[in-house]
Amino acid sequence: MKVFKITPAELDAMIQEWSKAHPVYAPALAKQPAASPDCAPGWSRVDGNAPLTLPVGPPPASVKTFFFPQPETLLTYTLENNHPDKGLMREPAKSQGIQVVVGVRPCDARSVLLNNLPYQEDPFFQANRQRTALIGFTCEQTRSTCFCTQMGGSPLGSEGLDLVFSRTRDGFIVEVGSAKGEALVADLDLAPADESEISALAARRQEEVKASSTELDTLKGRELGKLYDAPLWQPLGESCINCGACTFICPTCYCFDIQDEVVRGQGRRIRYWDSCMFPLYSLHTSGHNPRGQKVQRTRNRFLHKLKYFPDRFGPFSCVGCGRCVQDCPVNIDIREVMTDLLAVE
Amino acid sequence: MPTINETVSEEIRAQARKLLEEGTVAAVIGYAAGSLPMTVKPLVVRSPEDCRKLIWNTFCVLNLANYLPATLKSVEPPRGPRDPKPEGPLPKVAICATGCWSRNIVVQIQEHQVARDRVVVMGVGSRGMVSKRKVQALFDGREILAVEEGDHELVIQGADFSETINRWSVVRDNCQTCTHPDPVLVDVRIGEPVSERKNPNPFMQVDALEQKSGDERWAWFTEEFSTCIRCYACRNACPLCYCPTCFVDDAKPQWVGKSLDAVDTGLFHILRAYHCAGRCTDCGTCETVCPKGINMRMLTKKLNKDVLDLYGIEAGMQPDAPLPLTTYTMDDPQKFMVAEPSAVKEGK
Repeated sequence: MKVFKITPAELDAMIQEWSKAHPVYAPALAKQPAASPDCAPGWSRVDGNAPLTLPVGPPPASVKTFFFPQPETLLTYTLENNHPDKGLMREPAKSQGIQVVVGVRPCDARSVLLNNLPYQEDPFFQANRQRTALIGFTCEQTRSTCFCTQMGGSPLGSEGLDLVFSRTRDGFIVEVGSAKGEALVADLDLAPADESEISALAARRQEEVKASSTELDTLKGRELGKLYDAPLWQPLGESCINCGACTFICPTCYCFDIQDEVVRGQGRRIRYWDSCMFPLYSLHTSGHNPRGQKVQRTRNRFLHKLKYFPDRFGPFSCVGCGRCVQDCPVNIDIREVMTDLLAVE
Repeated sequence: MPTINETVSEEIRAQARKLLEEGTVAAVIGYAAGSLPMTVKPLVVRSPEDCRKLIWNTFCVLNLANYLPATLKSVEPPRGPRDPKPEGPLPKVAICATGCWSRNIVVQIQEHQVARDRVVVMGVGSRGMVSKRKVQALFDGREILAVEEGDHELVIQGADFSETINRWSVVRDNCQTCTHPDPVLVDVRIGEPVSERKNPNPFMQVDALEQKSGDERWAWFTEEFSTCIRCYACRNACPLCYCPTCFVDDAKPQWVGKSLDAVDTGLFHILRAYHCAGRCTDCGTCETVCPKGINMRMLTKKLNKDVLDLYGIEAGMQPDAPLPLTTYTMDDPQKFMVAEPSAVKEGK
C-alpha cells in the first residue's frame, strides 16, 4: 500500500483538481435540499474553492444516499398510445465516470461494507459502489455519542475507504486503499510519507484495538428466544413514536420498497427508502400484519441489527456512528438497549 | 434551595406514587431522565416503586397527550375486537400536562378519543420549554456534554468550556408566544399556577410571513420543506394524528407519492397542517422532533390564526364546547362563497 504526505493547502488544491473531472461532494455546512438533481441530502457539491471543513465525528448525513439514492429509478416506460416504445420497460442511462465523496468518516465507510453483505447480488447497489470513491478522514476527536469501537470499528479505521487521510503535525498522511484511490492520486506528484509518521499511525491504531470492546460479541451466541421475549421491549416500544427518523439517518438501514409512478403518461419504476418502523412495511396483501404492534416493530429494528444480521452475516449491522442516539425524538439510545440485552438472563 | 423544576419533580413523584398506591390510577404518564444532555424520555409508570424515575425539567418538549389513548387502552382488561366492553368503570391513567398538552387532552375528549372520567390530569404550569436546537446553535458545532438548569439561566458545559446563558433566550418560539401556559384541566395541581401571559401579538411570526409577496412565500415554503426526509416524526409525535391509517400510508388508493419529490413532500405537509385546523394548540412538538429542524409549525400556526379570526376559537379551551370545524352557526363568515358577488361585497 502506498502512503503519501500532503499539506492542507495541497489537499484543497487536490479537491479542486478532482472537481474539474468528477462530481465531488462534501458534508454540507448549510441546509441542503433532500432532493435535487445535483446534490445528495446533507452533502453539497464542491468546487474546491473553499477549504474543506469537517464536523467533529460523523457528519449529519451518512453516505447511504450515494449507494441508495432516494429514489433510484430502476426502469422507465411510456403509456402513450401510438408511441413505438409503448409497453417497453427501459433501463435508464447509466451514469458515466465516478463521483468522489470527500470527508467520509471510518464508521460510514464500514457501513458500506456491511450493507454490501446483503446487497452482494444487487446490480444497482453494486453499480453505485463501482462509481463512488470514498475519501476518508480518520477521527482525531470523537463525539460523546460515538461508539464505533464497541461495534468492531475504529476512529482510525481505513476499511472501505479508497483514500484515507490522517492528521499529522503539519498536514496529513494519505493511505491509498484501492485502485480507485490510486487513480485519483496517480497524476499528482505526492511525496512519500515519512517512515516515522507511518509507524506512529500504526502504533495509534494498535492502541485503539486494545481499547476496543468485544463484549457485545457474546450476543451472537445467545439464544434468540430469550432476547426476543425479554421485558426490555415493552417500555421501549411504549415510548417509541414509530417515526422513521432513526432508520432514515442510519447508515446501515437499507430497506426499500418499489413503486411505479406515472406522470402525464411517462412512467418510472422507483425504489425508495422504507422503514421497518412503519406499519405498512410488514402489512401483507391479506390484511394480516405480522408486526402490527408498535413494540414488535421497535424490537425488530434492534434485533435485526444486533442479532438477525450477525447470525446470518457475522458482523453487527451497526457502525456506532451515534446519529440515532442524537436524533431520536424520544431518546431511545441503542447503547442502553445493548446493555439491557447483555443483561438478559 | 431547590429550583422550581426540582420542586415540581418532587411533587410529581409524590403525587404519582400516591395515585398508584391508592389505586386511583393504573398508570402515570411522565418523563424520565434522558441519556444525553437536554433530552428526556417519555415514560409510563405502572408501579409506585418506579415513580422515583419521574422527573421534570425545562427540556420536556414532547407532548405527552400523544401517549394517552394508547396508555388508556393498555390498562383495560384484554378483550377481543368483538367482545363487549367490560362492566363497571375502566382503570384510569394520570398524565402530567402543561397548558398546551392539557388543551390537547381537551381536544381528545371532544373527539371521543379519551374519556374525561378516565383521566387524572396532573397539571403543571409551563415556564416555557427550551429548544435544544437553539442552544446548540449558540455553540457552533462544539459538543455540549452537560447542562445545568437554574430557574433563569442554563450552565452549558463542554470539554473545554462552561458558559452561562439566559434561559428565556433559548425557549422555543411557540412557548415564547404562548398565552395559556397554565393547564385548562387540572385534577391534581403540581407546583404553583402560572398566570396567563399577555402577549400583544402571539401570531407575530405568521404575520411576518403573511406580509411577504406570494412569490416570497412560495420561496420560503419550497426552501423550508426541501430538507424533509419524510420520516413522519412530526406526524407521529402529534397528539392530533391518530388515524389508524394516515393518508400518506394509504395504498388503496395511493394519494401521495413515496419518494422525495418536492410536490409530494409539500402535499404531505400542507394536508397534515389542514387536518390540524381548529385542533392544534401550538405545542411545538412537530418542529421539535424534526431531525432536520423544519419549521412546519408555521403552517399550523397560520391556521390557528385563521380559526381565531374567523370563529373566535382557540383549540382545547373548553371541554364541553364543540370543535370549531365540526359545528356551525348562522352568522359564520362565508367569505369563501364566491357564487353571489353581492354577498362577497358585503363581506358575508
